[in-house]
Amino acid sequence: MTVLLGIARRVGERLLSSIPALLGVVIITFVLMRVMPGDPAVFFASGPSAGKAEIEELRHKMGLDQPVPVQLIRYLGDVATGNLGRSLTTGQPVAADIRQRLPASLELTFTALFIALLLSVPLGVTAALRPGSLIDHAVRMLCTLGVCVPTFVSGLLLIYVFYYLLGWAPDPTARIDIFASSPPEITGFYLVDFALTGDWDGWWAALSQLLLPAVTMALFVLAPLARMTRASMLAVLGSDFIRTANAMGLNRLRIVVAYALRNALLPVLTITGIVFSTMLGANVLVEKVFSWPGVASYALDALLAADYAPVQAFVLLMATIFVCVNVLIDILYGIADPRVSVE
Amino acid sequence: MSATTRHTMFVLRGNPVTAIAAAGVTLIILAALLAPWLAPFDPIASDVSHALLPPNAEHWAGTDQLGRDILSRILIAARLDLSIAVSAVGLSFIVGAVVGGFCGYRGGRLDRWVGRVVDVLMAFPLFVLAMALVAALGNRVENIVIATAIINLPFYTRFARAEVNVRRNSGWVEAARACGEGHLTVVLRFLLPNILPAMAVQISLNLGWAILNAAGLSFIGLGVTAPTPEWGIMVAEGARFITTGKWWLVGFPGLALMLTVLFFNLLGDGLRDILDPRMRT
Repeated sequence: MTVLLGIARRVGERLLSSIPALLGVVIITFVLMRVMPGDPAVFFASGPSAGKAEIEELRHKMGLDQPVPVQLIRYLGDVATGNLGRSLTTGQPVAADIRQRLPASLELTFTALFIALLLSVPLGVTAALRPGSLIDHAVRMLCTLGVCVPTFVSGLLLIYVFYYLLGWAPDPTARIDIFASSPPEITGFYLVDFALTGDWDGWWAALSQLLLPAVTMALFVLAPLARMTRASMLAVLGSDFIRTANAMGLNRLRIVVAYALRNALLPVLTITGIVFSTMLGANVLVEKVFSWPGVASYALDALLAADYAPVQAFVLLMATIFVCVNVLIDILYGIADPRVSVE
Repeated sequence: MSATTRHTMFVLRGNPVTAIAAAGVTLIILAALLAPWLAPFDPIASDVSHALLPPNAEHWAGTDQLGRDILSRILIAARLDLSIAVSAVGLSFIVGAVVGGFCGYRGGRLDRWVGRVVDVLMAFPLFVLAMALVAALGNRVENIVIATAIINLPFYTRFARAEVNVRRNSGWVEAARACGEGHLTVVLRFLLPNILPAMAVQISLNLGWAILNAAGLSFIGLGVTAPTPEWGIMVAEGARFITTGKWWLVGFPGLALMLTVLFFNLLGDGLRDILDPRMRT
């Protein structure tokens, strides 16, 4: 109970302390988009021949004729009430557009994070168990190479190998094959929706479409995760209590997994938070390479069309997700190491 | 032979990778400098009769959809990519070192406010922030430099602040103050040069990341515009042809990016081993 209370207090504190940062984020986003060149009223007027009156009316409709501080306060109020404006390219409210596209991005990012952790933790542990061995060097080389290949290049090369050469992957252009039907809208996560309706053929199709972009993103973040796992495992394995456990003849697997790994996971959790931020950025590149219909490609299209509202909402959303993930990591921290919450 | 030289030789002998990385970086910089003389073809002149040729004896890296020689374009592009990265990192290094240095030296209100701004910057996924910055400042190459510099800034500011903070009460700083040097002189002439070696490692490790960011920005269509040879935009143009098996349009610029980043990262790791043996992993 005390542990739970401790965690709850930490979460509360973290959420409170992240409010100034979030406010700063909103203001920066607002300022950035307002100084952007090009007048959106001219851009969205009926055509080059649009009259002055029409443009003025548009400017008034968009609130662009108000002084900037007034616009900022109106914007803050809108954000607080969940009104993120209307996208001028799709004609929809931005909040609706984002709600529709966010599951695609989240499904991709979380799958990638899952794959990355699934690969990097065992790799890091194996490398730490035999430092200086062949496998240690192999892991180190993989990590060094992994951070050097930009995601947009590795994604395209994966498409070349698995789609063009081997023919294992489906056409890399969407979330699901254009001839297949998408699942009924329940959560928006295709894998979950297909599983809930018991459509396993569809589930397989969605997974095979998801795998390449997710692996692309996972490869890029493999290095920091595996490196941190290795370093922190090495430190823990050298500590006194592991020596004692070994001396008492405890089961080797138990020592490594139950005693060493649990203690080594804290720094890995910290780095996972940083890695997650990198992944939100890499999303933009991966979604573009794989024509993935997520929020990042939505924001990118809007950005190239000088459409303010979706870009603002996207940047704000990414920062909010990042803050939330850090709070989540704090909770996991408390579970992995109860001492943290007691302090 | 001085102790540093001996230590450097010792590290290089035990770690030939650093020597290779240093040679690689030198080679890339030379290739960028000499690109106009090295490039076998005009990087912009198109020749549609020779479009999309795979690598052959005449065009070592093949040709793109307009028949331009990919090798020549990669060589010329190295100039732009390297100068974007170097100027961005240089800019954030100078600003970050001075601002962070003063924050670490003075502390107090300035330190708190700068810390808050840095926290806000770090609350953004950095690539997304860079994207928004380029869009806001205008779609030009200078703004790619500025955006990359701004997203690098938090690291340099924090680093310089921490390094100055541990030194500000050391004997030689007190001695300088006692000799009547002003705060400005103490920070700029004594403290900053003192943390320079540590910052150099940071720079080398950072250059690779800056190159990746800049190339990523131009890949999504920001900054550099079409006929200009640049690695990111070359990959973006080649992306259309990857599903029909024309790998060389993406592969060779991608390889150039990868090798450049790899050499800078390895050199950074090696420099860290030479300057600070305790940090070795």
